[in-house]
Amino acid sequence: MGLSNASEDLSSEMEVDAFRRLFPLRYFERHLAESIRPDGRPLGKARETSIFLGAVASANGSALVKIGSTTMLTAIKMEVMTPSLESPDEGCLAIDFHMPPICSPIVRPGRPAEASPVVSKQLSDTISSSRMIDLKELSLVGGKAAWMAYLNAAFSIMQDIYCLDADGALFDAALISAVAALSHLQIPAVAMNDDGKIVLVSGEDGQKPVNKEKRKLTLRSIPFSLTCILHKNYILADPTAEEESIMETHVTIVLDTSGQLISLYKPGGPALAYTSAIQDCVGLTGQRVKELKSYLDKENSAMEVVV
Amino acid sequence: METDRPDGRTPNQLRPLACSCSILHRAHGSASWAQGETKVLAAVYGPKAGTKKNENPEKASIEVIWKPKTGQIGKLEKEYEMILKRTLESICIRTIYPNTTTSVIVQVVHDDGALLPCAINAACTALVDAGIPLKHLAVAICCSVTDSGCIILDPTKEEEEKMKAYINLVFPNTIVSVLPERSSQVGSEPMAHGIMTSVTQGAMSVDDYLHCLDRGRAASARLSEFVRKNIGPKSTWLGRMGFLCR
Repeated sequence: MGLSNASEDLSSEMEVDAFRRLFPLRYFERHLAESIRPDGRPLGKARETSIFLGAVASANGSALVKIGSTTMLTAIKMEVMTPSLESPDEGCLAIDFHMPPICSPIVRPGRPAEASPVVSKQLSDTISSSRMIDLKELSLVGGKAAWMAYLNAAFSIMQDIYCLDADGALFDAALISAVAALSHLQIPAVAMNDDGKIVLVSGEDGQKPVNKEKRKLTLRSIPFSLTCILHKNYILADPTAEEESIMETHVTIVLDTSGQLISLYKPGGPALAYTSAIQDCVGLTGQRVKELKSYLDKENSAMEVVV
Repeated sequence: METDRPDGRTPNQLRPLACSCSILHRAHGSASWAQGETKVLAAVYGPKAGTKKNENPEKASIEVIWKPKTGQIGKLEKEYEMILKRTLESICIRTIYPNTTTSVIVQVVHDDGALLPCAINAACTALVDAGIPLKHLAVAICCSVTDSGCIILDPTKEEEEKMKAYINLVFPNTIVSVLPERSSQVGSEPMAHGIMTSVTQGAMSVDDYLHCLDRGRAASARLSEFVRKNIGPKSTWLGRMGFLCR
């Protein structure tokens, strides 16, 4: 009796797996008809999110973010540079997104993955569109001492984002990671040495300080994003890589904490997005923004307590 | 108070459109599309046998190559390529020619603002010229929002730099049919109101976005009429007449 039950259970499990492999779209639609997904989530719920600040000790700011299995590691390095002629009183912010072969079976070593420059461009556009960072704050011009009258320097923020595990919604995880790292960022103290160059303060003699001490960057309204899949009459929030490959219409909406729409990104796809679907997606994204804001605030508070 | 535009257009007015097909001999389909000074040349080759790696051989695949006017391909061009590829994939019937690849080469001739919509219009026209089976055409339009909340269609490069935000929108072509009105509806909205592609730049409120949608839909109806007039049996007939005269 026990043996017979065991073999039946095993055969039914194999049948489910075979059905999933052979007819993935129908397998998912069977779940959608009951308003659930194969991993047990309701349609409008995102996966569990965790944010860890300060993962890289040698960086000026860093963050490790996981949404479900998708993992992003961001590190920020700051340097002093000469600002450009068009904007002499502003620093600059450069973002690079990397997909090493460890993150996905379709990424090969050598040439960068084709999603990499697209996500990189989207991130740069989103952070510059939201005006989260005042680039004038990065400038070192205008010191009080007379000997700094000819000083022409500004900070440059270089942000590298590494995808360690690509399981869908890459842009969402990358954006949270970038924002968390910028909130963790400490602007270092710099000084002018005897040669007249700007260097980081290292305690040596003969250095004249340019700015007083380490300080945090001021962030204005913070952008957060949510990716949804449109499939027939269903809207699925925060898709996994399997869901993304099976259902091909993705919409990514970025809102900031003041309610402004930073980006609405829908690159083609078989399903058409009508006004009601857009409004539903904006509503889901609004909820997600509040959720992520509380996570980030909690993590920053924990960091301050530790310090 | 309406905004005065430097070239004298009203906010809802598009720049003059120009479209010509079959201008390249080696390409299976080609089209040139100009909106004002912005001009894009598109060529289509295929369907050719074989499928690239990471593509699905059970369907026809589309490869898009974007050539800027000057310089090398950067991240912006890669993003445009991806958007064009996804948009064209959604209008092609990909089950007719499995295990084939269709190449679409987009060459930017001049960029005076609203470049991506111009390229999408040129690529769709070139696909028609090549005889690729399509579900419907796509029409692309650029809307921009000023700091005072006014919405302007089809901005030039100079206007784009002053705008608070702008949106590139792609809609299906409007349907002209002898069937009853309800057959081309999806739910309570006509099919032409669905968004195929939406790419935004800059921050705006959600209401501004919905206003841009309404303006974009009205403009896409005019674009649909222009496309229908220019890609029709009349062109083929004139082509045959020209051939006979030679």
